[in-house]
Amino acid sequence: MPKDKKAEESKTAAADRKGTRRQRDSKTDRTYDAIVIGGGHNGLTNGAYLAKAGLRTLVLERRHLVGGAAITEELRPGFWFTTFSYALSLLRPDIVQDLDLVKHGFMPILMPTTFCPMEDGDYLLMGQDHAENQQAIARHSRHDADAYDAFNHDVNKVLQAIKPLLDQAPPDIWSDDPEELIALANLGSRFKRLDKKVLHDAVRLLTGSAADFLDDYFESDILKGYLASTSIIGTKVGPYSQGSGLVLLYHILGEHDGEFGAWSFHKGGNGGFTQVLARAAQAFGVDIRLESPVDHVITRNGRATGVALTDGTEFQAPIVVSALDPRRTFLELVEPRELPTDLVDTIERFRFQGTSAKVNFALDAPPRYPALGDRTDQYRGFTNIGPSMEYLERAYDDAKYGWYSKRPYLDCAVQSMVDPDMAPPGKAVMSCFVQYAPYHLRGSDWDSEKEGLGDTVQATLESFFPGFGDLVLQREIRTPLDIERTVGLSEGNIFAGEFLAPQMWFFRPAPGYSQYATPIDGYYQCGSGTHPGGCVMGAPGKLAAQRILKDRSKGATRH
Amino acid sequence: MLGRMIRTSPFHKRTSALNETGLWEHWSNALAATRYQMSEKFEYFAIRNAAGLFDSSPLYKYRIAGPEAERFLAGVLIRDIRQCEPGHAQYTAWCDDRGFVVEDGVVLRLTSDEFLLTAAEPNLAYFDGLIGRLDVTIEDVSDAWGVLAVQGPRSRDILATLTAVVTDLPYFGLARTTIAQVPILVSRTGFTGDLGFELWVPANAALKVWDAVWAASRGQGVIPFGLTALYMARIEAGLVLLDVDFHSSRFAWTDADRTTPIELGLGWMVRGIETDDREFIGRDAIRRELAGRTSRWKLSGLVVDWREYDRIYDEAGLIPPKDHTPVQDEYYIYDDDLNQLGYATSQMYSPMLQRHIALARVPLDRAAPGSRVKLEMAVNHRYEYFDAYVARMPLFNPERRTA
Repeated sequence: MPKDKKAEESKTAAADRKGTRRQRDSKTDRTYDAIVIGGGHNGLTNGAYLAKAGLRTLVLERRHLVGGAAITEELRPGFWFTTFSYALSLLRPDIVQDLDLVKHGFMPILMPTTFCPMEDGDYLLMGQDHAENQQAIARHSRHDADAYDAFNHDVNKVLQAIKPLLDQAPPDIWSDDPEELIALANLGSRFKRLDKKVLHDAVRLLTGSAADFLDDYFESDILKGYLASTSIIGTKVGPYSQGSGLVLLYHILGEHDGEFGAWSFHKGGNGGFTQVLARAAQAFGVDIRLESPVDHVITRNGRATGVALTDGTEFQAPIVVSALDPRRTFLELVEPRELPTDLVDTIERFRFQGTSAKVNFALDAPPRYPALGDRTDQYRGFTNIGPSMEYLERAYDDAKYGWYSKRPYLDCAVQSMVDPDMAPPGKAVMSCFVQYAPYHLRGSDWDSEKEGLGDTVQATLESFFPGFGDLVLQREIRTPLDIERTVGLSEGNIFAGEFLAPQMWFFRPAPGYSQYATPIDGYYQCGSGTHPGGCVMGAPGKLAAQRILKDRSKGATRH
Repeated sequence: MLGRMIRTSPFHKRTSALNETGLWEHWSNALAATRYQMSEKFEYFAIRNAAGLFDSSPLYKYRIAGPEAERFLAGVLIRDIRQCEPGHAQYTAWCDDRGFVVEDGVVLRLTSDEFLLTAAEPNLAYFDGLIGRLDVTIEDVSDAWGVLAVQGPRSRDILATLTAVVTDLPYFGLARTTIAQVPILVSRTGFTGDLGFELWVPANAALKVWDAVWAASRGQGVIPFGLTALYMARIEAGLVLLDVDFHSSRFAWTDADRTTPIELGLGWMVRGIETDDREFIGRDAIRRELAGRTSRWKLSGLVVDWREYDRIYDEAGLIPPKDHTPVQDEYYIYDDDLNQLGYATSQMYSPMLQRHIALARVPLDRAAPGSRVKLEMAVNHRYEYFDAYVARMPLFNPERRTA
């Protein structure tokens, strides 16, 4: 696969070169029906839907490869790193079907285990067998064995109720448009039909802390640590913070083959996935142009007419879509002076404050966990270094005062155990998501602290996997600053804006601007800074395309 | 001692040590692992993304030899064995004189007058009874061979480190070679629809070969897989299974339980039958079926409309299940007015295709790809009718399978 991937990448590049040549041939070839700025997964999804609907669509990508934060790179011969984003769950299943992704190589591989090491050398190992999982939990708490079933049942009911919101644009509660009022009424009646307990659980999760919710069910620290870990991902909250419930809920809203909360590893990593997406987009006719950083959106009389690259090249289109985050979409690609003041104010206040990093390892072999001897099959999914809610909260304490965690939370995956094409035979690649690593460091900066973070992560791993350091062939550290510089996500926030109630749903990215349009006619937004938000979900790209096509059919966007 | 021990395969010492679940099924009265670990789906992904090891030893195996062995098989098997040169194998079937399938199997042509034929059920009496005065011997050598299937995209590269013959072995090619000094046969065959090989190993040396393959595949995601993962792979690949997708005409009570090769989607085996002068059991009946277009149905691939599937479950208040567990049972299919058209014999959610799929007997006028039918399945304890359409078989067909 890595070979194929390379071939595919060069194919993408070749297709791009072809496109470029054609564009040079005549001036009219720089005119499109739609231009998407940013070739991340949402930009590609958006472009693919627009092209599928018959629009001549151009996707402009700043870097030498598409994928945005979902890329896979061979940083050492034979070792493929999921540099940033590293697993799939929230990707909307209808996108897979609508865009024929299976035909282009879509392949989400089951991760059958979750391994949770403990500080005393014990562990919790969860797998695919329900009865075995009950036994695994019972070893730590007999009470929690069936409490886990009760928790899943209650939470799944909430997920079932909330999930449809991921697949529709947020309501515009300020609009008098009859269509909006009908949509709002439908939404209201659906909530009215909800079971009292389900609605109450939903509100507890959406507004409260993960710790409060989990304490209602469980007594085991390791089980709570495992479950609470998803309540902090990518967000500057601890499990005891109000608001962590929302992050937990969000992360289990995804699915793998219909199972809520399950994650998969795409063949070739999330970069393998975005290559699939690029092939699908090209099959629908999208032109992808690499190494084409956009300087600004060209506007005339309050409407978008095209984009200008940093080298001055201009492309014309009556529809311009930004897949970048809200700060770049509203404050950099266009002049704030063209926008209403309240919108500019909200976007300036929009919280990014990235708080996570990546440290990826090339290893001589999968690590060993003493209690499991020479076994390595526990690494077929995530390895969760977050053995208790207290561990997670203490990691957060460091971040509160402007420093990275001395004992960070780590979400690790030895990805070559799931997809052996990620590393040479017997060797391993291990992706570690690290939290907390706040973008703003007190009294220092990330260029100075980068290796210190790497050392901290490695020391943490060494404490759980003695001898880990001897296995390390190479280490790749990606601080929030690296994420910002490389991918363009402001302050390195992996969701293109934090998951906080005032930044979600019809407030994302700003009240009144959550339906993918902007105050500039013909200028749209489709990035993770719009509803429903980040993770490799594709929903913003898809929902924005639906909005654009609807406007177009109404004639709102004239040619 | 009652002497009633279940048989075990020549690889059992190794497979039993690897089976963490303690789950076994009885296959030809031998133990066959249902799955080796708690996730059969992960075993399935090993087949599709790395390679899996499968113990096929319980298959019945017949050595058919003698100066007139070719003539015998040319008259018994529906596929022309004369087209199969030594060093090749054929997937084939045999029919009764009414043109109904008795069974299917793989025949390996070892030399011009020596063959090895596999079958899922005992067939010795059947074949013996057809020899007449031909100079042919048939011997049940089932216990003499262990069969180790190595299936998946990495199978060729891994086996190439043990024997160079696999590198250029064509699809359904057969070669003699040695692995770990054990003389074996290797064929480019399997029951997964993927790139794959089967190693035919003398039973008394089976463990040496297993150990060599095991050692060569460490660190590459290669694991053993059980029957459940095998069934998942074979449904995707459209490979039919005896007593699931068809029944032996020898033991059927009525013709409703019999099927012709044309109906079973094996018409390609008898291509050219209209003009071919080879006489074989069932030929005239098959010719009549083709000429008169009297096939009752055709086994076809079905793909369930995912949007409708989700909608029906949503409306029932349920989370739409996407269960990969192969269901090898009958489910009825209907037209829009709920007149029964036929029935599905196998179905599952395919993780590779991201769709619910089925193998189904549909009438000929619905067998063209794109034809729509309704598949009956129970939701909340009542029948619902799911839109499905016919798709080209095999539903999963990677280039590497034959490349």
